[in-house]
Amino acid sequence: MVRVQVWGSLKPAIGGEDSVEVEGETINDLLKALAAAYPGMDEAVRRGVSVTVNGEMYANAVMVPVKPDDEVFILPKLVGG
Amino acid sequence: MNVQPDNKSMKRDFDIVGKRTARPDGIDKVTGRARFGADMSMPGMLWGLVLRSPHAHAKIRRIDTSAAEKLNGVHAIVTSKDFGPCDDSLLDIRENVMAREKALYDGHAVAAVAAVSKSVARQALKLIKVDYQVLPHVTDVDEAMKPDAPVINDKLFTKGLDKTPKKPSNIAERFEFGHGDVEKGFKEADLVIERTFRTAATHQGYIEPHACVASMGADGRGEMWVCTQGHFMVRNTCAGLLGIDVSNLRVTASEIGGGFGGKTTVFIEPVALALSLKANRPVKMVMSREEVLRASGPTSSSSIDVKIGMKKDGTITAGDATLRYQGGAFPGSAVPYGAMACFAPYDLKNVRAIGWDVITNRPKQAAYRAPGAPMGAYAIESVIDELCRELKLDPLDVRLKNASTDGSKASYGPNFGVIGLKATLEAARNHPHWKAKLGKNQGRGVACGFWFNFGGETSVSLNVNVDGTVGLSVGTPDIGGSRASIGNMAAEELGIPYDKVRCIIADTASLGYNDVTDGSRVTFASGMAAIQAARDAIGKLCERAAKIWGIPADAVVWEKGHARPASPNAGKHEPLSLADIAAQAGATGGPIAGHCEINAEGAGVSFATHMVDTEVDPETGHVKILRYTVFQDAGKAVHPSYVEGQFQGGAVQGIGWALNEEYIYGKDGRLQNPGFLDYRIPVCSDLPMIDTVIIEVPNPGHPYGVRGVGETSIVPPLAAISNSVSDAAGVRMTRLPMSPPNVLKALGRI
Repeated sequence: MVRVQVWGSLKPAIGGEDSVEVEGETINDLLKALAAAYPGMDEAVRRGVSVTVNGEMYANAVMVPVKPDDEVFILPKLVGG
Repeated sequence: MNVQPDNKSMKRDFDIVGKRTARPDGIDKVTGRARFGADMSMPGMLWGLVLRSPHAHAKIRRIDTSAAEKLNGVHAIVTSKDFGPCDDSLLDIRENVMAREKALYDGHAVAAVAAVSKSVARQALKLIKVDYQVLPHVTDVDEAMKPDAPVINDKLFTKGLDKTPKKPSNIAERFEFGHGDVEKGFKEADLVIERTFRTAATHQGYIEPHACVASMGADGRGEMWVCTQGHFMVRNTCAGLLGIDVSNLRVTASEIGGGFGGKTTVFIEPVALALSLKANRPVKMVMSREEVLRASGPTSSSSIDVKIGMKKDGTITAGDATLRYQGGAFPGSAVPYGAMACFAPYDLKNVRAIGWDVITNRPKQAAYRAPGAPMGAYAIESVIDELCRELKLDPLDVRLKNASTDGSKASYGPNFGVIGLKATLEAARNHPHWKAKLGKNQGRGVACGFWFNFGGETSVSLNVNVDGTVGLSVGTPDIGGSRASIGNMAAEELGIPYDKVRCIIADTASLGYNDVTDGSRVTFASGMAAIQAARDAIGKLCERAAKIWGIPADAVVWEKGHARPASPNAGKHEPLSLADIAAQAGATGGPIAGHCEINAEGAGVSFATHMVDTEVDPETGHVKILRYTVFQDAGKAVHPSYVEGQFQGGAVQGIGWALNEEYIYGKDGRLQNPGFLDYRIPVCSDLPMIDTVIIEVPNPGHPYGVRGVGETSIVPPLAAISNSVSDAAGVRMTRLPMSPPNVLKALGRI
């Protein structure tokens, strides 16, 4: 299981918590598991998110592997100028 | 002036990277040979013009194009009916490029004409009759959030709340970031200051207006010539909007006269393509300056509340901010990035930032250099400055005391990797600027800023030519010197002179997909891809050398531009240069090329500290910038002149944002200043030379340590200048721009 933390306004989508544990070996696994378990997360994932693993930001490289002790954050999809 | 912190100095000695090599586009640009968006013409080409709404908010009851269609010389007219079904992700873009049921802002496109000349097209626009039902409008962010505000989109229900509201409103979404307990933190503080700030919408101010030529053939295949930050984006978006196979649309990026984020989306491009599709002729469209200001993508205006607590020793105990950004008539303002970035320079135990994304009857905002971050930084850095003054603390010492460092938990969640904020602050403290004397009515301000940076999808091809020169094809338009920077990196890796490498921007049919030139990503990502493509080519060059020598490929190494035997056991062979091997390419197996297709990750965040001196004229309210110094971490400055240029450009755009630039809407919801006479960007006579200090804290995510530098430089200026003006004027400034009338109001003179 990997503990995934979400940004503040996504807390209601996962039952009011800061984080939730989900099964997965890649970012893709985690996003799919979250979307399947929580309807609010499904919408967020479909609209696009960025994910950080141990501080490293991934915009759409969802096949990046994750381990149980990794720090994983889900954040709004970044844009730049 | 370059500063390399002792504990993190670069370990690699570079031959070419870090040199100020000649810019490959320099002569073309100063002689006028460079071809920009409006410089392309095609046989049989028509001119396209757009009819725009004069109303801020109106129902479109009917559009009658019959008289215009009959005008001699008119070949095609398009309206929203010519843009059919598309993917959900493109719906807002489709409505923004051509209004459907409603015109949502002054300048919103409602129809377009293609005719044999601009003059005929102009006449035709006058013959199009649009029956509008004018609706109540709202252009101010705080007004738009009120319960009784005119509702712009009755299908918009606020997201991000515990419960989705049952009534529509102009509030698109709420975002929240942070950790700890801010109320507990405020109780621990010796002083808490709470302020509200407002910033005006500004435009990127690129000198070259949007321009394109679109040509769809009778065979269903088309091509486009476009001034853009991302021609692959233009291809995919236009193809998606008009139901064209991506492979049937080839897009070439012209030279670009500035973008700064404003050319990361489409406006007239799909319209030109739709007109060409209908007319079966090439169609050229060039926006006027008025159109650019009324109907492209400015940044958000904002309204921000900030509360920060500090102990007498300068420790920040808590920070709380609420940011409200209007993003024009569609959801998607940059408020989440403002909320994520605003406290990022500080390692705080208790922090919260709430962002509200709000729609108004203004043009759909587009990215502008570190989208959303400058406004948030302005508010937070202003309150920190005020706390320092009240507690009689040195503002650089306080920032150093609280600065985020390697491993700090960012205010938006994750822990930082290797970062250079403290190095920028230390460089600022040690700079002569910090100790220079100030005169009457003069003040000094400092501020820090942060931006995320990112990498993204990137393709590069590197072709070794028969004469030993190298052709490098990248797919990211060069908006800030990337051809020289990427050329430096390829030459470095290959071990050949820089002038043997020619870097071009390839069209969409000649290279794999590339994300837009944005996010300060190109020198990082295209540079990384160029390095890997060079390594791919080196592998092949070594194989050819092995073949020539009759030894195994793994017995050959590449050093300083030559293939050499890896050890004495490999035999005695004279080293072969890249040119020697290239000359025999045909005989040894054919052309030699290297490729790289990656989704570049590991961009590494970036921080800057700015220091500025100003003088305020108490009689007129005019603010003069006396001295300005930028301290920013570049990771590794691949081409220092361009890095300095990015630092200076960000500072100058920030000066304009802080002092003069402002979208002014009348009570009728129409833009009052759609021209550079009334929308005042800084010119050379307004500016001192912007001094720069490049800090190099290598980014471990890049082979040469590169971090993006293009965006962070616009984050601190609003706050640094406001802090300086507040110091000079003796009154806290809380509203941008600090134009003469606003300064006089703050001084109580009017």
